Amino acid sequence: MLDTKKVGSVMIVGGGVTGMQAALDLADSGYYVYLVEKTGAIGGAMAQLDKTFPTNDCSM
Amino acid sequence: MTLSEVTKIDGIAGDFLVTVKESPRYVDMDKCIACGACSEKCPKKVAGEYDAATGKRKAIYVKYAQAVPLKYQIDPNSCIRLQKPGACGFCEKVCDAGAINFNDTEKIHRINVGAVVLAPGFEAFDPTDAGVWGYGVHKNVITSLQLERYLSASGPTEGHLIRPSDGKPVNKIAFLQCVGSRDENLCGNGYCSSVCCMYAIKEAVIAKDHVPDLEATIFYMDMRTHGKEFDLYLERAKQDAGVQFVRCRIGGVETDGDSDDLRLRYVNEQGRQVENFFDLVVLSVGLQTPKHVLELARVADIKLTGDNFAATPDFAPVQTSRQGIFTCGAFAGPKDIPQSVVEGSAAAAAVSDLLAPARHELTSVASFPEEKDIAGEEPRIGVFICHCGSNIAGVIDVKAVEEYAATLPHVAYVERNLFSCSQDTQEMISKRIREHNLNRIVVAACTPRTHEPLFRETLKAAGLNEYLVEMANIRNHNSWVHGKTPKRATTKAKDLVRMAAAKVALADSLRPISVPIVQKALVIGGGVSGLTAALNLARQGFDVHLVEKTDTLGGNALHLKQTWSGEHIPTQVAGLIDDVLANDRIIIHREYTVSHVDGFVGNFRTTIIDREGTKKVIEHGAGVVAIGGEASVPTEYKYDAITRVVTAMQFDKLFELKEKHVQQARRFVFIQCVGSREGEHMYCSKVCCTHSVQSALALINEDPARKVYILYRDMRTYGQREALFAKARKQGVIFINYELHGKPRVVENGPDIDVEVWDHVLHRPLRIKADMVVLATAIRPREDAADLGKLYKVPVDGHGFFQEAHAKLRPVDFSTDGMFVAGLAHYPKPVEESVAQALAASARAATLLSKTRVSLDAVKAAVDEDACDGCALCIDVCPYNAISLVEKKAADGGVVGKLISVNKAQCKGCGLCQGTCPKRGVIVSGFTMQQISAQISAALAV
Repeated sequence: MLDTKKVGSVMIVGGGVTGMQAALDLADSGYYVYLVEKTGAIGGAMAQLDKTFPTNDCSM
Repeated sequence: MTLSEVTKIDGIAGDFLVTVKESPRYVDMDKCIACGACSEKCPKKVAGEYDAATGKRKAIYVKYAQAVPLKYQIDPNSCIRLQKPGACGFCEKVCDAGAINFNDTEKIHRINVGAVVLAPGFEAFDPTDAGVWGYGVHKNVITSLQLERYLSASGPTEGHLIRPSDGKPVNKIAFLQCVGSRDENLCGNGYCSSVCCMYAIKEAVIAKDHVPDLEATIFYMDMRTHGKEFDLYLERAKQDAGVQFVRCRIGGVETDGDSDDLRLRYVNEQGRQVENFFDLVVLSVGLQTPKHVLELARVADIKLTGDNFAATPDFAPVQTSRQGIFTCGAFAGPKDIPQSVVEGSAAAAAVSDLLAPARHELTSVASFPEEKDIAGEEPRIGVFICHCGSNIAGVIDVKAVEEYAATLPHVAYVERNLFSCSQDTQEMISKRIREHNLNRIVVAACTPRTHEPLFRETLKAAGLNEYLVEMANIRNHNSWVHGKTPKRATTKAKDLVRMAAAKVALADSLRPISVPIVQKALVIGGGVSGLTAALNLARQGFDVHLVEKTDTLGGNALHLKQTWSGEHIPTQVAGLIDDVLANDRIIIHREYTVSHVDGFVGNFRTTIIDREGTKKVIEHGAGVVAIGGEASVPTEYKYDAITRVVTAMQFDKLFELKEKHVQQARRFVFIQCVGSREGEHMYCSKVCCTHSVQSALALINEDPARKVYILYRDMRTYGQREALFAKARKQGVIFINYELHGKPRVVENGPDIDVEVWDHVLHRPLRIKADMVVLATAIRPREDAADLGKLYKVPVDGHGFFQEAHAKLRPVDFSTDGMFVAGLAHYPKPVEESVAQALAASARAATLLSKTRVSLDAVKAAVDEDACDGCALCIDVCPYNAISLVEKKAADGGVVGKLISVNKAQCKGCGLCQGTCPKRGVIVSGFTMQQISAQISAALAV
């Protein structure tokens, strides 16, 4: 790629487990992260689940 | 940024300008402390989205009790005031914080970013419009997501399983699979949603936990439990939990007219027409891309697949069709939580590949004033008592607690705050610390789990060591649970404050431990996973040592022809190898294996050795284990005796070379699950169903006159691979189901090979005459996996695959910090999933390698050398292998016995050693025996 401008920030669209994981890994490795979530709180679908396989851990 | 949506993405990779529309919340986030008074008073109730319409929420609400940010919001569509100016407004009147703002407006933000990651997720299929299975007609037909809420302690029935129609207990429950999946006629979604089989089993097992005598039946087409440990769970559900599984399609769901019982009619596996009644029918709804996400895809200008998921190449599974825009999770194809988390990390790796030159440019490190030395000072405790609006003060007599706290030993200052956590209170606490020369702090408020980090920052800002604060949880543990007995709650609040003050008086300043990081990576294994991880790390700017046991790079992928979507694997692998060879940051060690490992996160020293015994020592901060797997060798179906019985990999080669047996053969039989899903190998090899279907299609494509049979147990063409299965059926491939107790028999019969199998549709034995039999053999772990695991102190599971730190949330991490896993070494998986996992491992490693030092929590075990007698009891209980036995030396250097040594980098401060030690020879800072004794004495001193 040509020597174009690189901005050291990232926008993640979606605050479910996937978006949060991407946001955490990027923030932890030196990038400024904007996490954009459509609803009033992050957590996504997993926060609706009761328990998860295999440990029956509470999904929260 | 919540309540926000992307409306425009301008620019190019590395330099985008994104327009974000933020909808009004009508609640000031800085002022709202989530006390809940507004919601209590709000007169408007609507169906709650979070409870999947099983419960109600108010017009002013939090999405769920543990929401982040924990701030209320007003739903403008149901709010009486916002619909009719001047009306209602109760919430505004009761909000002590003054957070309600009916005049809030939409805001437009324009944000410059280098990359965009789309992770908008899925929606559950809504069966209402399709009108299937009585949903929306019969109240006792619910979706799986609704059952999830009914089973949840935070759900509408607090976890009690009752019939929605009449509240009667549920004794019989039926799950109908593939609602909104694998069904183009009723719902238009032809693909498999991948997750429903597994969640239905889980819900059935948990429902049986709630109601022990519950009869649970799952009606399905193919049981797709292809993930790690899933088949074991399926077997346990059958055998231990007694969940019934019936392979059939239901004719319809109806009531008997009198009760609300639901009647299902179906043909059972013995071919009989059966009628059965159930209290509750659960529709296992599939995953689909919501409309607003289709709009997002349009705005982002990215391509979608025919199934409306983001289109991604198999060797770059998080790359969309637009450079600089990445995707992950269910938007990139229906998938479960672990695979979604993997892709989240993989997207981070892909972004970092693009933006590495700008790493650290926009981030800053918070700075704090110099810390005050409190050693030798008398404790001067400041106590801050939170009202939490009316949450605490509405129950507890906070003034009485304040007066009481002032009488406690060492307490120099007491104050009450409306909200101790608010921003202005932080500044005020800081000011009080300086004004009154306080050196210990008690905050009597809520839980340290959520708020201790905040108060630690406040202490740091005031120049005090962050470990000199103690929280007394007078809300969650007190006012919330003792609301009906305020006097006793007040007494308990005093007890909790007294205990916290007693403990904090003995607290010391603790220094977080910081160790330097070697900013280099080690990747073990030169297959697709190892190559991908090595290349990504190198492109992110880290030096990488790649160790490969053989003299060849490429691994198992060298034998593969195409991915499920038809990408040519040899071309892709050759490109990957070229890129790795051309990258100056990657040093390749061919024909070397790992022989010895020292060190810990950030500072590993791995010794590798070749066949001649030559050793090299590699220093690295992080490592990726990607040693792959291998094909099993069949021991059944006359594989040894008949030359025309071949494995799938052998068939691929013969087919490609147009070998004469394949060319002449007219009749082919594929046998699935050879070495998988039985006995000690109770796991699914995940790739074989798709592989056989692709081979069958290739045979028919070459000559439509060929007869191709696939004998299977469950066809597991999960996700969008389902299209291949549908195509094969359409093109005349014959699929015959067999059960484990009736495995096919293979007999050589002159020029023919006879394959005998019981046909479950015709209910009679079949004899298929074949010219060639292809065995779908299992994937096995490498034999040396467990030995390598021991060197790095990382475990393998019962099947010999590496065990990740957490099945759901840490799918590429090991319990040993700094080591990660990818590819077949973790579990059988197709190429695109190996690539995603390799990228994820790389991203996780980069979170360490991008730093020069790793800072560790200061709460650690330390040895009291005088007290420790080297009994080693603590070594057995330490879950982190942080303690070792060393020689105890006298002043003259002579050995006088043994004692323990704690590796601070590995210790997590859990305290098991301190609890076990009979001699008080090991102390956990921040939780010393004196502190805990003082706390207990204070609890008992009334």
